[in-house]
Amino acid sequence: MINIGVLALQGAVREHVKALQAPDVNVIVVKKVEQLDEIDGLVFPGGESTTMRRLINLYGFYEPLKKFAEKGNPIFGTCAGAILMATEIVGQTEPHLSIMDMTVERNAFGRQRESFEARLTMEGVGEDVEGVFIRAPIIETVGPGVKILSSYDGDIVAAQQGPFLACSFHPELTDDDRMHQYFVKIVREQQAIEA
Amino acid sequence: MERQVGTDRVKRGMAEMQKGGVIMDVVNAEQAKIAEEAGAVAVMALERVPSDIRAAGGVARMADPSIVEEVQNAVSIPVMAKARIGHIVEARVLEALGVDYIDESEVLTPADEVFHLNKRDYTVPFVCGARNLGEASRRIGEGASMLRTKGEPGTGNIVEAVRHQRLMQAQVNKVVGMAEDELMTEAKNLGAPYEVLLDIKRNGRLPVVNFAAGGIATPADAALMMQLGSDGVFVGSGIFKSENPAKFAKAIVEATTHYEDFALIAELSKNLGPAMKGIEISSIEEKDRMQERGW
Repeated sequence: MINIGVLALQGAVREHVKALQAPDVNVIVVKKVEQLDEIDGLVFPGGESTTMRRLINLYGFYEPLKKFAEKGNPIFGTCAGAILMATEIVGQTEPHLSIMDMTVERNAFGRQRESFEARLTMEGVGEDVEGVFIRAPIIETVGPGVKILSSYDGDIVAAQQGPFLACSFHPELTDDDRMHQYFVKIVREQQAIEA
Repeated sequence: MERQVGTDRVKRGMAEMQKGGVIMDVVNAEQAKIAEEAGAVAVMALERVPSDIRAAGGVARMADPSIVEEVQNAVSIPVMAKARIGHIVEARVLEALGVDYIDESEVLTPADEVFHLNKRDYTVPFVCGARNLGEASRRIGEGASMLRTKGEPGTGNIVEAVRHQRLMQAQVNKVVGMAEDELMTEAKNLGAPYEVLLDIKRNGRLPVVNFAAGGIATPADAALMMQLGSDGVFVGSGIFKSENPAKFAKAIVEATTHYEDFALIAELSKNLGPAMKGIEISSIEEKDRMQERGW
């Protein structure tokens, strides 16, 4: 059995909980810092990154989350979650948690009226992956250790660096759970290595 | 690979991302920044907050576009704005301005006393107020991507929002528990589209998020509405009519996130200064109650 948490400070938590379901997975809704000790992997959901960051600071999650990542525990961020993970954010002097070597640009496709759906091809995940982009960021550039998993119209929209996975769209809003199951696989593999 | 804009998933999904958050009414860039700093998930750009609209009387319309733009330029969180019920052109103007969500709102004076907007026609998503499942289902049928209780705006009195939320939950639970062959009669009784009730019955919940709005004046009010099953809260007059808006705004955000942590809410509620004065609902004549607007 593996335990995967969903950080539940704000945003689309319930949808991630549903998409992570698997026979060997126990999903935990994480609202308190102590719960990080119980989990093998963590999801940063979509929501408002500025709001989530303020709540991370307020509830003392900042250092514990950095440590959680430093230990090599898998983390999966969607949309706002990916912004929290980036080492650099276009137009901002400071990143948030600086977990994954990439530069992201917020609201890169425009405002809500420019939000869209498209089908994506994703390495290791499959073809025709449903991508729901809502005021979405793009991954502008990635560092040397980061693998690009998917691009759309020339922009990087999903990437992986070892146990860290980020995408700029919302797989949790679709019935297509392949991206989540890909993350579950990363957590399983990490568990096997540690064992 | 074709790009599809304005789909149900994109419009409803935008509201899903706001869950657990607070959306604050603001009238200028300075207030918008205070709201963003306090952790609001979105702001509603207005010319006047509901309590001032109530006090001023007369016809309340869409905000001056320059206010909307001022707020859009001040913050990176989503910006919403209100259009009058049934006012096709105000809605199109707000869409053209690039607002992220339009509130077809009973706080403004209705432009059409028979028809609401056909919200499916627009790329921008809409939020609408509802007091019960009939209203909620009709708005969903018209294409609303998000709901909120109506409450009684600008009163600082939570009683109407509580009434609307309680009733909505009870009616949703009733539909979920019904046999499918009972749904058509329920649809007739509620004045609700059958397909919306069928969707609720099959999925066990409303197909869009439902926030609390109308009368939230304290952190405890916000937490109460979350306890009653709201997905998040709108705070209108409560914040910027209080004595220390920045502190008040932060307290409301925290109370909404941790609505079950009563010791924390006690701490947050200390020395906030007086909340807005508030109005007893029975002292407002029925014709002056904003919740009666909409059909």
